[in-house]
Amino acid sequence: MASLTSHPDETKVVSKRFGMGATNIDRYLELDGYKAVQKAVTMQPDDIINQVKNSGLRGRGGAGFNTGLKWSFVPKQSPKPKYILCNGDESEPGTCKDRLIFEHDPHAVIEGVVIAGLAVGSTTGYIYIRGEYRYLLEIVQKALADAYAHGFLGKNIFGSGRDFDVYWHGGAGAYEVGEESALMESLEGKRGIPRIRPPFPAVVGLWGGPTVINNAETLASVPHILLGGAEWYAGLGTPKNGGTRLFCLSGHLERPGVYELPMGYNLRKMIYEVGGGIPNGRKLKAVVPGGSSTPALTPDEVDVAMDFDTLMKAGSMLGSGGVVVLDDTTCIVKFALRTMKFYQHESCGWCIPCREGTDWLKKTLTRFHNGGGLKKDIDNMYYLSENMLGRTFCPLGDAAAMPTMAFIKKFRKEFEDHLEGRPCPYEKESTIQELPVMA
Amino acid sequence: MRFSDQFEARFAVMLTHYPTKRSVLVPTLLYAQDEIGFLSDEAIAEIAARLDLTDLEVRNVISYYSMLTTKPRGKYNVQVCTNIACMLRGGEELLEHCEQKLGIGHKGTTRDGLFSLEEVECIGACSWAPAAQVNYDFHENLTLEKMDSVLDEYRTKPQ
Ligand SMILES: Cc1cc2nc3c(=O)[nH]c(=O)nc-3n(C[C@H](O)[C@H](O)[C@H](O)COP(=O)(O)O)c2cc1C
Ligand code: SF4
Ligand code: FES
Repeated sequence: MASLTSHPDETKVVSKRFGMGATNIDRYLELDGYKAVQKAVTMQPDDIINQVKNSGLRGRGGAGFNTGLKWSFVPKQSPKPKYILCNGDESEPGTCKDRLIFEHDPHAVIEGVVIAGLAVGSTTGYIYIRGEYRYLLEIVQKALADAYAHGFLGKNIFGSGRDFDVYWHGGAGAYEVGEESALMESLEGKRGIPRIRPPFPAVVGLWGGPTVINNAETLASVPHILLGGAEWYAGLGTPKNGGTRLFCLSGHLERPGVYELPMGYNLRKMIYEVGGGIPNGRKLKAVVPGGSSTPALTPDEVDVAMDFDTLMKAGSMLGSGGVVVLDDTTCIVKFALRTMKFYQHESCGWCIPCREGTDWLKKTLTRFHNGGGLKKDIDNMYYLSENMLGRTFCPLGDAAAMPTMAFIKKFRKEFEDHLEGRPCPYEKESTIQELPVMA
Repeated sequence: MRFSDQFEARFAVMLTHYPTKRSVLVPTLLYAQDEIGFLSDEAIAEIAARLDLTDLEVRNVISYYSMLTTKPRGKYNVQVCTNIACMLRGGEELLEHCEQKLGIGHKGTTRDGLFSLEEVECIGACSWAPAAQVNYDFHENLTLEKMDSVLDEYRTKPQ
């Protein structure tokens, strides 16, 4: 069980039932549970879509697409069944928030799936949970069984004359399966190799039917929007970036943890106030603001509002909400290498720029970190990364290239410090005991 | 090939959840592996036959997913995360410590068959790093001492 943390600056929406026993359906009902879905069955589908659109809710899985807009792409009439697919594959390094939602508030996800279904005219939803999260799969299985037992799922839900089924699905270890089209392949019992787009899933998805794919946090936010109203939700954040989101603070911090903060919250405050600052009197070297695939920011770039548009302007991305903080004892070359090792391991191998590029970058960074780097390697790595961008079937290639380019561009001197057989200037004894640990 | 009653009941229900049989494949493989420790030739043949797939098609899927294995491993699979958030807080040292303690490397198994070790990618415990999973159990905010007591706990667990 992951421990919960809190801070006075938090605005609890999606986390408001955390620690309150809401996995129990009766308790969930006491805490406004299933009220949003009851409201949704009385609404016109287009009204639901418009509310979600106007709330400014944007995908919490990484890309930040407006959720209501995504739903509006689903054709009204379809000869094939339409589906809702909840993405609970959560594997972007630095990200550990969907886990808390499933652990503490699984019914909110179910409600979100049903509301999405009512909005787009679907009658079936799936909740996909990564294989490592077995205990969460069990929580969701129980929640689904309880919802069926109460008649909240199945035939004629809430006397609406409409049927809705939600099923669970478990993965078996693969980051790439979190990519929406690979996720559908995996659910269909195949290797997680992405599909060529267009057609987009909203038009041709699971078993050829129109499919809405949303992150678990996105869907868990929807019931709150229907109950509180689009205006209220939009007002919590910044223009076009409605609401709050769960930020996963990790790395060199006094108080790492998952905190729900308004969209647009200042990153410096997030690090120094919410996260308690950097331990042992050390200084900030870099922040990875939205999971391992987002370009790092330097200390003079952290006065930035954490919303999708502002971070894009700052040359990075809000991504999946994983804020990883690096202090001044961290070796950037080593950090870049570990990041690349991950992408090389997870590349599905379909596109040559991704498969070969990640492998070559990993090998070069390894040699570099071991003191065998050549000056020309630095520009070569940058050039190679640049040429991976936009040349692949899915965004994993970009996800590997973008952070690498930022590390080279912003921390070039650190790469140069590793040249000519010099030992890594940052190799140190121990990191494990001197850092504070949340009890 | 016999699976448990619970497996069979779950399998039968799962088949009703999808328009195609094949869709149950990935979760079914993991549940099968949990029962027999690994995906044996016999288990693969059985699952393939049930889903109208060839053995090769099933093997092809198995090789894609990192949690699935066709080789036996220890009773307790110790999976240490060394990805970025864990690395910053000592994940690599933790892995090294486990290697020394257990006398095995990445994907190795102790001679008594009790433990296997794996270096894994992010397991979704970044804010509570460094972290490890033993089978499906999470162990978080680890130190070397805490890791020792975790291992001892499994070592002395009644069989
Ligand atoms: C390599 C890769 C991995 C991804 N992993 C996840 C994931 O684990 N969870 C998730 O919700 N989205 C993930 N995404 C994003 C999904 O493709 C998709 O955009 C998202 O689930 C849509 O939901 P949203 O609009 O609610 O964010 C990943 C994308 C890529 C390219
Ligand atoms: S970019 Fe990489 S992971 Fe994505 S499809 Fe191509 S090879 Fe596979
Ligand atoms: S980086 Fe280790 S759990 Fe996420």
